[in-house]
Amino acid sequence: MTEQETGTKTTPLNALHRELGGRMVPFAGYDMPVQFPAGIMKEHLHTREAAGLFDVSHMGQVRLRGAAAAEAMERLVPVDVVELEPGKQRYALFTNESGGILDDLMITNAGDHLFVVVNAACKDQDIAHMRAHLGAEVTLEVLEDRALLALQGPRAAAVLARLAPEVANLLFMTGSDVEIDGAVCFVTRSGYTGEDGFEISVPAARAEALAKRLLAEPEVAPIGLGARDSLRLEAGLCLYGHDIDTTTTPLEGALAWALSKTRRADGARPGGYPGAEVLFGQFANGVTRRRVGLRPEGRAPVREGAELVDSQGRRIGQVTSGGFGPSVGGPVAMGYVEKEHAKPGTAVQAMVRGKPLAVTVTKMPFVEQRYYRG
Amino acid sequence: MSNRKYSKDHEWVTVEGDVGTVGISDHAQEQLGDVVYVEVPEAGAAIEKGGQVATIESVKAASEIYSPVSGEVVEGNAALADEPGTVNSDPHGDGWFYKIKLANTAELDELMDEEAYKTYLDGLD
Repeated sequence: MTEQETGTKTTPLNALHRELGGRMVPFAGYDMPVQFPAGIMKEHLHTREAAGLFDVSHMGQVRLRGAAAAEAMERLVPVDVVELEPGKQRYALFTNESGGILDDLMITNAGDHLFVVVNAACKDQDIAHMRAHLGAEVTLEVLEDRALLALQGPRAAAVLARLAPEVANLLFMTGSDVEIDGAVCFVTRSGYTGEDGFEISVPAARAEALAKRLLAEPEVAPIGLGARDSLRLEAGLCLYGHDIDTTTTPLEGALAWALSKTRRADGARPGGYPGAEVLFGQFANGVTRRRVGLRPEGRAPVREGAELVDSQGRRIGQVTSGGFGPSVGGPVAMGYVEKEHAKPGTAVQAMVRGKPLAVTVTKMPFVEQRYYRG
Repeated sequence: MSNRKYSKDHEWVTVEGDVGTVGISDHAQEQLGDVVYVEVPEAGAAIEKGGQVATIESVKAASEIYSPVSGEVVEGNAALADEPGTVNSDPHGDGWFYKIKLANTAELDELMDEEAYKTYLDGLD
């Protein structure tokens, strides 16, 4: 990663993005493509129909080494890391003392180390957090010299198997070292679109060649951050800093599934992470608000920040992500509502440009997830 | 060929008699990307030059449209409700937003012609 005079960082694929006609915007301190000439709509639909290639090198990649790495990581996340089997990947959350969420992340047991991926906007803070709390016996290595590519969509597996047949054996939420086109990569079968697909950690020096090699396959098109956002929204996946943050707990964020049973009050290794007592209390007593899916009537998108009101016009919550879902063919959103209104099918209203729009609380995802579980 | 005039906010207006037709420029639709929703004003609405008159939403964001001229709206383009993508495919034609009875034709002189707008766009890059 290099820094330009402006202080904006670039990924190893920056020149390729420009060559492909990417419309570049600043994002989390990086110069990134929001879209390519095809446009967000076509890029989104292409990913759901074939395969999309995303540059997510702005995200933080970290290796944790040491016999005690998993135990140490459990001091920071309400998730079972100790019993995460080699080759398995798990979604996790860094919590704070009030049970709020500092960031969401992916942890893979890579055999002799833990491979951790954190959000771009949080990575400096996450790395400092880990350095401060993991202890001296854990070695933390920030992988500055690696790019991260995501290949997502129903044709992703067939495409990648042409270059590395063994990826066909990976299941959803597993990972391993794979040699692709001469480069040793760490590949996980996961992503942020709701589709089958892979995230490929590749040495920076080999990233552009690999991206070009993948783009040469007829099913693959380059996809920008705009479609990445609409794809994850349709898949019901949270965007940190919008749908979850330090003021929302995992239970309020409808992420209780991510809190391993083992780490709960009645589990084998209960607590021991920031905010455990708060989360135990919410498990026992419930929460007063909850993240839900929202389906606006008509065609007008309901966007982040829109207030949600009940039939009397009383404020009951707020939209945290919203827009047009190209695969749904209409507007989709998510946000927080008081628990009395959180049941799917509940009619609420969103205030858009001063006018109430009818919105129905809906189960997520908005599109069927198509993960490969074997 | 055209008497199309442009504002710095990338709206255009063409005039027949004392009625102007308003839309957004090809440059504007390209910048916005795929249009998914358009809210146009209703007939009878009184509009000030520079006033917010319509809303256009792309997949990514909502944008406001400011009227390049003052007057009273004669007709909003109802077809855009079902086919908002027309703004992308035909921004200077079927993708028009509204027709307006001009209150002050002198306002047209403050707008750019095709050539001046082209020069203006070149200066934006």
